[in-house]
Amino acid sequence: MTSTGARDSACVAIVGSGGAGALTAGSILLEAAGKAGWYGLMTRSVGPQIRGGEAAAFVRLSTHPVECIADRCDAVIAIDWRKADRFADEFALDSGSLLVGDPRGGDVPEALLRSGAATAEVPMKELAKGIEGGRPNMIALGVAAGLVGLSTELVMAVLEKRIGSKGAGAVAASRAAVEIGLDHAQRIGRPIALAAAEGAGHGRWQITGNEAAGLGAVRGGVRFAAAYPITPATELLEWLTPALAKVGGVLVQAEDELASVNMIIGSSFGGTPSLTATSGPGLALMIEALGLATASEIPIVVVDVMRAGPSTGIPTKSEQSDLNIAVHGCHGDAPHIVVAPLSVSDCVFTTQWAVHLAEAMQAPAIVLSDQFLGQTLAVIDPPAPVAFLAQRRVPDAAALAGYQRYKLAADGVSPMALPGMAAGQYTADGLTHNEKGTPSSRTSDHRDQLDKRRDKLTGFAYGDHWAQIEGDGDLVLLTWGSLTGAAREAAQRLSEAGVATRLVAPRLIAPLQVDRLQEAIAGRRVLVIEQNHSGQLYRYLRSMCDLPGEVRTLYRPGPQPIRPGEICAAAQAWRSQ
Amino acid sequence: MTAPVSGSPPGRSSAAIASVGELLAHALRMEEEAEERYRLLADQMETHNNPELAGLFRKLAGHEAHHAEEIRAQIGRMELPGLESWDHSWGGPESPEAVDFGAIRYTTTPRQALQLALDAERRAFEFFDRIAAAAGDPELKRWAAEFAAEEDEHVRLVLGELDKHPEPPRHPDDDPDPPVPQD
Amino acid sequence: MSVIEAIKLKPRDFASDVKPVWCPGCGDYHVLMSVTRALAALGTPPERVAVVSGIGCSSRIPAYTNCYGFHGVHGRSLALGTGLKVARPDLTVLVMSGDGDGFSIGGNHFLHACRRNVDLTYVVMDNRVYGMTKGQPSPTTEPDWDSALAPGGTGLRPFHPLVIALASGANFVARAFSGHPDETARIIVEAVRHPGFSFVEVLSPCVTFRPDQSEWKDLVHAAPVEATDDPARAARRIMTDDGFNIGVLYRGNRPPGTPQAGAAEVDVAELDREFAI
Repeated sequence: MTSTGARDSACVAIVGSGGAGALTAGSILLEAAGKAGWYGLMTRSVGPQIRGGEAAAFVRLSTHPVECIADRCDAVIAIDWRKADRFADEFALDSGSLLVGDPRGGDVPEALLRSGAATAEVPMKELAKGIEGGRPNMIALGVAAGLVGLSTELVMAVLEKRIGSKGAGAVAASRAAVEIGLDHAQRIGRPIALAAAEGAGHGRWQITGNEAAGLGAVRGGVRFAAAYPITPATELLEWLTPALAKVGGVLVQAEDELASVNMIIGSSFGGTPSLTATSGPGLALMIEALGLATASEIPIVVVDVMRAGPSTGIPTKSEQSDLNIAVHGCHGDAPHIVVAPLSVSDCVFTTQWAVHLAEAMQAPAIVLSDQFLGQTLAVIDPPAPVAFLAQRRVPDAAALAGYQRYKLAADGVSPMALPGMAAGQYTADGLTHNEKGTPSSRTSDHRDQLDKRRDKLTGFAYGDHWAQIEGDGDLVLLTWGSLTGAAREAAQRLSEAGVATRLVAPRLIAPLQVDRLQEAIAGRRVLVIEQNHSGQLYRYLRSMCDLPGEVRTLYRPGPQPIRPGEICAAAQAWRSQ
Repeated sequence: MTAPVSGSPPGRSSAAIASVGELLAHALRMEEEAEERYRLLADQMETHNNPELAGLFRKLAGHEAHHAEEIRAQIGRMELPGLESWDHSWGGPESPEAVDFGAIRYTTTPRQALQLALDAERRAFEFFDRIAAAAGDPELKRWAAEFAAEEDEHVRLVLGELDKHPEPPRHPDDDPDPPVPQD
Repeated sequence: MSVIEAIKLKPRDFASDVKPVWCPGCGDYHVLMSVTRALAALGTPPERVAVVSGIGCSSRIPAYTNCYGFHGVHGRSLALGTGLKVARPDLTVLVMSGDGDGFSIGGNHFLHACRRNVDLTYVVMDNRVYGMTKGQPSPTTEPDWDSALAPGGTGLRPFHPLVIALASGANFVARAFSGHPDETARIIVEAVRHPGFSFVEVLSPCVTFRPDQSEWKDLVHAAPVEATDDPARAARRIMTDDGFNIGVLYRGNRPPGTPQAGAAEVDVAELDREFAI
């Protein structure tokens, strides 16, 4: 690794089609970088095919934790160029970029060349043929490793773990291919070497947001999950299947989302902290049952891994466009909890917190993750265990004497009897009911129970977790969810450029902590940043808070993520006016 | 056990009752079920705002509860066979004295209700009378005849009540309010 | 046997003090009676029984029992009951529904509950009409039944729940008649005891919108043959009977679906290990 002039962040894309193995190469590169002590993340972009499509792995590596994709790619390594122009926008190339391709894998697409990027050729297919069992994607991996300054040994340490079971021959073939790739990277002579990592990589984790959300759920006490597959949430459910089995829980595959959400209402009624995960179309189907969980005061957690909508939208691409339905989707007045994790790592904390909040307040909680968080593979510091656990208030002997399930309580939370408790029998009901749970259409019962369900949420002590607030500048970058990483990076750059900024990212979307939010932004200029077509967060804030006089917005839909540079540009443009 | 034939209602023949213990178990169950039904019907009528009929059913329930008490006293410490409700040999699917729930409407008049009660008491009489006639065991015959005589007395009491309840002019299906949609 | 064990639970122990809103004469009153009798006979204390329902006249039943109850949303009672039973296999779970709730809006869940074969009992009170909304045709309504929503009738072939249950994998299939509460109670007891998913269709007349169903009491009759364990034979019998054959019609041998939580093998912290680089 070079020491002088080395950068602290680099982004390499590996692209290929027809089962070339670009995504595999990318994930090995990321893990090897993790072993070297760097942080990083890998996102992916794919064609519509289930098998054999064109695919690009975007690997961003850094000397410090990173939570968003880079503004630009330093290098694209193409196992072949077939249909790679599909990714032209995502590559975000410029004249400093490098395009490395196999001359037998087609011409470099015109759309890429227009960027002014330099080109280099590595005949990966030809070179792979010279190795028994050699594969072009391992040569591409070697090229990428060589460009960023990773050693053969680190790459091989990962490869041995991954393919060791295939035998010494396969490992040797990969080693030969990686070494050839490294050698060619040297010959290209345009290193994009990263500075040495701060601290060793020992103990770092490699995890996706979907896995992280699953882990947070289990840490929080979830022991039942119901699952209906949907992109991009499926991996969360697949991760939970063996994980729950190991810790004494169970997952059931449901026939549809109507069933999955009702299944978790049933299991939670039985006393088991319960969760399901879905994406926008599934959340739409679950909305009626979320109202039931609200009315019958059954704690459940629904993770919505948002994708571009409406309707089927773009299943494999991220968007923050389910805020409206998550907050306002239910018919009637149905207060419930909505939280949003702020990074891949934060998916652990926020999902665990959601379990805790749902159980403590006996209400449904929606976790608004998104495709970016869910499917990004990140190298992170291990998330520290936190104390939030599922703790449901159940009746003691005194409360069971003349038990009233929905008894009005000072904090709105009444002890919930669980099947098996003698004298605790009640019927949970979506019909308006009295304190005992008996259906009622009396004005007073309706009002009292609506008040109870509102007050238990608004009166809860959420602590400092309601938002992430960093910096004390005059300009507030107010964002949420997966854009927090990009906004943080923008804030840092702006501060370095002399624009003092403050980052405000609410984790608790509903109930909105209006007073604390207003305090955090009072007397400052506010730029509201979000990834959707209609400014859903901005409109929500407008409906709830008195925003300061100077408020601007930066919102646009997916599928292209909002990157730090775009945020910086918006802030600078405002400043220069 | 013979397989029931198509068209037959469920339920075992009363000919299966072969001991005084079994007979007493049936007699007690019959009164308990009758009491339960009248009590539930009284509840139904209270819910549906027919206090007159509710009162009548409550009264009939009281009578049946009293009859059940009397039989319990007669049973004393005698050991009875433990039968589930469906193990009884009524000669039909239901206890003979069970008033027909399906025939009740919220607009049912006291006279119509008494008519249903009369039908139930008559079925109860026929049940015991049939056993008394067929019994070979003199002790069983004596008990069955005694119960039959009591049911016959109940029939006469209900007939007496019927005389006090002439049919009112309002037709039971006359309901100026239409059904109301709910859930 | 101890004194406490000797105290036998009575049907009244399973009834709540909430008074039903059903029309007097409704078959569902009988079904409630059958359920409390069945539960008393089963002897499971009321706090270890859960009665789960959806929406409709029949679905009002949980609150009328003294068990744990759930009156959920329209059509989803089987899903809710499945989640409860899988999470709490120690409970006796009865799912109660009607022909609209169970076969129309909840039709998909019916198929999959049969197929999943979780050990619960599904009782559908079939009166071939939507009662709560004032008399619209349901999936089991006769094609020529006249109503405001379908003047002159739907012209549609009625859904055949028993055959669909068989085809979908239910492990116990029975037809009962509400007017015979003892026999219905006996069938429910057997359904609960039978492993896997048990389906009981109870013909339960609607006196308000289907007064013609008062003739059912004269039409029902005991099934002429013993239940079979051959689903094909059972299906043939059910498809060719007159629709008023009462009794257990199929007793299957499929092992129950067992997505069941086992003992915890590891501490939660162990799950961290797979993420370490």
